[in-house]
Amino acid sequence: MSELTLLLIRLAFLAVLWFFVIAAVGVIRTDLFGSRATAPAAVRKPAKPARQPAKPKKGEPRQLVVTGGPLQGTIINLTETPITIGRANDATLVLSDDYASSRHARLFPQDGQWIVEDLGSTNGTYLDRSKVTRPTPVHLGQPIRIGKTVIELRK
Amino acid sequence: MSAVDVAAVPMTAKRRGAQLVMLAFAVAIVMVAYASVGLGLNGQVPAGMLGYGLGLGALMLAAYLVLAKFAPWADPLLLPLVTLVNGLGLVMIYRIEQSAPKLASASNQLFWTALGIVMFSLTLIVLRDHRALQRMTYTAGFVGIGLLILPLLPFLGKEINGARIWVGVGGFSIQPAEFAKLALVVFFAGYLVAKRDILALAGRRLLFIDLPRARDLGPVLITWVFSVGVLVLEKDLGTSLLLFGAFVAMLYIATQRTSWVLIGLALFLSGAFVAGQLFSHVKARFDVWLDPSDPVLYERFPGGSAQLMQGLFGMGSGGILGTGLGQGHPNLIPLSFSDFIFAATGEELGLTGLMAVLMVYALIVERGLRTAIAARDPFSKLLAGGVSFILAWQVFIIVGGVTNLIPLTGLVTPFMSQGGSALLANWILIALLVRMSDAARRPPPQAIQDEGLTQVFQR
Repeated sequence: MSELTLLLIRLAFLAVLWFFVIAAVGVIRTDLFGSRATAPAAVRKPAKPARQPAKPKKGEPRQLVVTGGPLQGTIINLTETPITIGRANDATLVLSDDYASSRHARLFPQDGQWIVEDLGSTNGTYLDRSKVTRPTPVHLGQPIRIGKTVIELRK
Repeated sequence: MSAVDVAAVPMTAKRRGAQLVMLAFAVAIVMVAYASVGLGLNGQVPAGMLGYGLGLGALMLAAYLVLAKFAPWADPLLLPLVTLVNGLGLVMIYRIEQSAPKLASASNQLFWTALGIVMFSLTLIVLRDHRALQRMTYTAGFVGIGLLILPLLPFLGKEINGARIWVGVGGFSIQPAEFAKLALVVFFAGYLVAKRDILALAGRRLLFIDLPRARDLGPVLITWVFSVGVLVLEKDLGTSLLLFGAFVAMLYIATQRTSWVLIGLALFLSGAFVAGQLFSHVKARFDVWLDPSDPVLYERFPGGSAQLMQGLFGMGSGGILGTGLGQGHPNLIPLSFSDFIFAATGEELGLTGLMAVLMVYALIVERGLRTAIAARDPFSKLLAGGVSFILAWQVFIIVGGVTNLIPLTGLVTPFMSQGGSALLANWILIALLVRMSDAARRPPPQAIQDEGLTQVFQR
């Protein structure tokens, strides 16, 4: 086996190795750099487009408004920080409600939408009419009920 | 998942075709590498090439079929990427076996790979929902600690090369620490899901960091004591660093508090410093790290720098493009088939090849972290994050050690080094990631009718 052949084999092998890496990056291109075209994204990312029709493109919610219960009318401006709701003094929205737990629920932003998560409360958190059993995205104007308090997200 | 389901849910993106192509590509690269070793060594394609190559191909096809059946939505890249590193490891071990046929054994490693695939498949088949692990949080914790302590028991534990990390079972010796790390990651994830609110919220602000309360330091202190215990009693620097790093990283993922990382770093550095003063084997590693080219240290045995220097010489003579497969001298590096396989690979594939291998590891970790981001419940987020971190951390510790960036700690290069326990444990780890990425990428159940109190879901 001549030196030249071995050199060529060596270089070809390294090239093939890198080609594999590049091909692998190609497979996951969409979630590395985000999808530019919407069509491939719809094919590749099943979870998110499924929710899009329900979420109108009015931009993101800016405020959390208490629409029912003793604290009715309270407004909290939404930032990037998660919001905790409950009877504990360190909660963002402190409820004085016998039906609420001390750390009842949490609202947090993820990928531009707000997610509500029940923190193991005694009486449960309700989004619309369904009980929140796992972190669930909240859309604008959807009522979240915690004990006697009803809150919703608004623009 | 039947064809009817696929039609009802319009946005299928299993990408199984891509996965199969990449898998075939990975097996093809391994076969080319194998042929290249033979050509480099004695100018002919090795006789066993088809046997080894087809064997690996058949194993991976089996793994693929299990994955397609039991985790159809799983990430398309994990299996091909792991196949490539595992296959390259096999080729390197075969190559080292050819020039130093004492301890390296490619057929042994192929056997363990097969067993690894069996474990991978079993994990996928048995563990249909990874959240079942959350119910076993404390069981996993006890199992993990038990496995860590196992080598210390008399009669059962064995001391090889100065580290007491082996357990002899029949004719085999296994390293329980490899499995302990899996159990402990499950435990950390379950525990932190339950406690993360306290660990994240309580505390006060000092200067620019949020300090936790003193009494919340308990868990991190206990883990620290354990990892120092492993360091002192079993003389296993690698596992010690691995476990503590994994816990601190998962604490950070769970609470998003930088102060935990700083506290963890401070604890580990102080622990390592004190251990360096008190124990000669730790101090020897430090000395070697600081000045490996010192002739006194080079000549010293045991605990000298000869092995490290041979590895560095090897990588140096490899240069940018490497000497070519089969044309280096990996037999000069002690333990080049296990701890120093990265240096041996570096000699023959050069910097270009090493970077490609590191990229493959990085992609595996990226897929794992992506799974953690896409996961829907906090337990899977933490478990996927922890599992991918542990893989990345392991690669960092051993590659950093071999290249003398950090003190050398004996740890296997995941999937590449010869060693059955590590291979099995890492294949189970990948099975966990595949299971979680399947759950994360699976589209949410679709409601069949729109409204009404009773909703009918199609699964």
